[in-house]
Amino acid sequence: MLVPKHEVLSKEEAEELLKILGIGKEQLPKIKADDPIVKEIGAKPGDIVKITRKSLTAGDSVFYRLVV
Amino acid sequence: MVPKRISAIKFEVLSPQEIRRMSVVKIITPETYDDDGFPIDGGLMDTRLGVIDPGLRCKTCGGKAGECPGHFGHVELAAPVIHVGYAKMIARLLNGTCSECGRILLKDERKDKFIAEIERRRELNQSYEDVVKEVFRLTKAAKKCPHCGAEQVEVKFDKPTFFYLGEHRLTPKDVREWLEKIPDDDLPAFGINPKATRPEWFVLTVLPVPPVTVRPSIILETGQRSEDDLTHKLVDIIRINQRFMENKEAGAPQQILEDLWELLQYHVTTYIDNEVSGIPPARHRSGRPLKTLAQRLKGKEGRFRGSLSGKRVNFSARTVISPDPCLSINEVGVPMEIAQELTVPIYVTPQNIEIAREFVLRSEHPKANYIVRPDGRRIRVIESNKEELAEKLEPGWIVERQLMDEDIVLFNRQPSLHRMSIMAHYVRVLPYKTFRLNPAVCPPYNADFDGDEMNLHVPQSLEAQAEAKILMAVQEHILSPRFGGPIIGGIHDHISGLYLLTRGEKKFTREEAMELLRSLDISEIPVKDEYTGKEIFSFILPDITLEFKAEICQGCEECKGAECEYDAYVIIENGKLLKGTIDEKAVGAFKGIIIDEIARKYGKERAKKFIDDMTQLAIRIISKLGFTVGIDDEDIPPEAAEQIEEVLKEAENEVNRLIEAYRRGDLEPMPGRSIEETLEMRIMQVLGRARDRAGKIAQRHLGMENAAVIMAVSGARGSMLNLTQMAACIGQQSVRGERISRGYTYTNRTLSHFKPGDLGAEARGFVRSSYKKGLSPVEFFFHAAGGREGLVDTAVRTSQSGYLQRRMINALQDLKVEYDGTVREQTSGALVQFRYGEDGVDPMRSFRGKPVDVKRIIREIVGEVKK
Repeated sequence: MLVPKHEVLSKEEAEELLKILGIGKEQLPKIKADDPIVKEIGAKPGDIVKITRKSLTAGDSVFYRLVV
Repeated sequence: MVPKRISAIKFEVLSPQEIRRMSVVKIITPETYDDDGFPIDGGLMDTRLGVIDPGLRCKTCGGKAGECPGHFGHVELAAPVIHVGYAKMIARLLNGTCSECGRILLKDERKDKFIAEIERRRELNQSYEDVVKEVFRLTKAAKKCPHCGAEQVEVKFDKPTFFYLGEHRLTPKDVREWLEKIPDDDLPAFGINPKATRPEWFVLTVLPVPPVTVRPSIILETGQRSEDDLTHKLVDIIRINQRFMENKEAGAPQQILEDLWELLQYHVTTYIDNEVSGIPPARHRSGRPLKTLAQRLKGKEGRFRGSLSGKRVNFSARTVISPDPCLSINEVGVPMEIAQELTVPIYVTPQNIEIAREFVLRSEHPKANYIVRPDGRRIRVIESNKEELAEKLEPGWIVERQLMDEDIVLFNRQPSLHRMSIMAHYVRVLPYKTFRLNPAVCPPYNADFDGDEMNLHVPQSLEAQAEAKILMAVQEHILSPRFGGPIIGGIHDHISGLYLLTRGEKKFTREEAMELLRSLDISEIPVKDEYTGKEIFSFILPDITLEFKAEICQGCEECKGAECEYDAYVIIENGKLLKGTIDEKAVGAFKGIIIDEIARKYGKERAKKFIDDMTQLAIRIISKLGFTVGIDDEDIPPEAAEQIEEVLKEAENEVNRLIEAYRRGDLEPMPGRSIEETLEMRIMQVLGRARDRAGKIAQRHLGMENAAVIMAVSGARGSMLNLTQMAACIGQQSVRGERISRGYTYTNRTLSHFKPGDLGAEARGFVRSSYKKGLSPVEFFFHAAGGREGLVDTAVRTSQSGYLQRRMINALQDLKVEYDGTVREQTSGALVQFRYGEDGVDPMRSFRGKPVDVKRIIREIVGEVKK
């Protein structure tokens, strides 16, 4: 697969994540709603997308993006 | 106080009214002081302009010298003069507007279009300069005024401040009247906001006089007053201004008035900028050009670059550096003269008052230079007042004592590109005039001793001293955050020395061993008649176990491990060097596996001690055994030279065969290449191989005992390539990675010595001589061409990487790794990384970039099981 795994977080998961990080949604890095992968998984603006990438040094590493 | 925030700054042109409004006094006389040395009213030093002499009070605000910020005055000019700074703008405006009606030389529709475009760009925060430029271009080309129909003649601008309409010279007065005619509605097209600026203000009718605080006079030892350059210039302006007025009133001839007018113009021009081209700079009596307004702001030492962006510090020193292997890596040798000048504050408390008093009473080196009383008064401690001061000393006072051994200081070498460029060292006060440092700390500073200078700073507060000791000490930086390995380690002689010591089974008598180890802190060595070099090296090792291939490893197809015939497989067991040779891979800066292991296992302090011991030992060995290189070290026997000649001849023949094949069209092109490219590549290959073969032949005859070879193979300095270039053949010179082919392009040859189109080795920059033998003139030319490219590359690279570094620092300066491992931006709190570097690993604590050294953990556990 050329594009790493993207998934939409459920409302509970999203809240949990923001609580752990201690930040508001707008402080997350962003991803555009018209990004092909975002359209593919059907995320809406305001959703948080979880991205799991393969990393040379860390094995799997997890990133989050706010859809805007 | 209510915090105030500046939301915007706008730059506009001062109007004559504004200049008069902000002025507190009209300056009418060029005199400054009267016979009693008192400022003259209405003169350039009028006390309404502020005061600089202590004791006087400002007549405007009542402040004393130092309290009063100063106030502007003004001079009414007898005739208008052009402001040099705006002369170019004036020239454009004169060419862009009608000489009759003053309207812009554009039809209204077109003008409005341009104004709309400028407005649009301004709103979008984009640059609109190119639009304005276009307007000036179009209006200058116009031949006829679209509004009144008057024919337009081009106004000639004669730098710096003269304008001609045809043959007729425009006076500043004419210019001002013309500019006054330009209507407000036309100005936005020229990029001028009419609400802020009227173009006639570019011609001065009244000149602001800066406050005296801006141009303070100084009193020389002789008691004479010496005025600031600006004051001198203002005196000139006022004097000419007065003469002009007198002559005008007396009805002097037009010619005299014009001359005076031009002189006034000259003085005002040089007052603003004394470096304008086209007129001679105004000079001081001594012949030195005056430093006027523009010179104060411009350039490296100007207000912006020199005073605002560049800051200077106290408690610092700078001098040449030189090496001292007897210092520890975290020490710095400070010259006595510097130590006597720099001070460290002692905050006097009941506990240390006796110590502080002792410093005050001393009259030699570590003595007190100053005492600071709680009210902030500084008193210099001198022989005559030291007893009195020692008596008065109380807790709460500060004694500034001279720098002495064991003080902590920061040591720095520019360019400060990484954090290892500033490290904390302990002071050792030494004779002579250079800073001394252990050569093992040269790599992090990137220093050498060919005249480098370094800076030293003395932290003044206890907090700063503690931080320096804990965070910035040299040993804290042995492991680099750049690649997770040691950046401090042996260089040059350290590596050669240890290589000589540990190579093979060298024997040393007990005396010799003691001699080598005497400076080290080793109290016991086993009693033996003879010691091998490996045993001696083992004395400075802590209990570590390591196995690795040394730098001298030949890269055999099958590694024989412990049985390595080159003694290149290092085995250290429980702190004993059993097999192998110590070289760059073991103890060198950037590589140093042993240093790495010690730092990880026993900590930074132990690693520091190892580096200290190692450098000491190495220096002693290399001095004992002797180590020297000379020209005859690169001598090769005649038969070897013949062989090399043979190899080169063969290669040249091969090249000629290839060229012939190419000419005949027999050359098979390589996939994806043209025939020409193929030929070039094949020739490069053949010649490269020839150079290598020649090198191999030379290498065979140089032998492993050759000092230059020892340095090359142990990694101390130089490479085998350097050696073969000296002894055998320099090889192909290249520009942009290709054989040199440029030169006389029209005849397609590099030099006129060759036939047009010659593709042979010699004609395209192959240097068959060695450095030792010397180059032929043609070879020398090609070598210079290749060498020049190298120099240009370095120059370009440094400037580019410097700019990249600047941008990186600005972009990343307020990112911080938080305690939860995330990277956040400090002001907005925005998240940048969810885990620092994806893996959350601190590179300084990583093992050469990897999170853990799995091999080491396994070895440690298995090793312990064995025991």
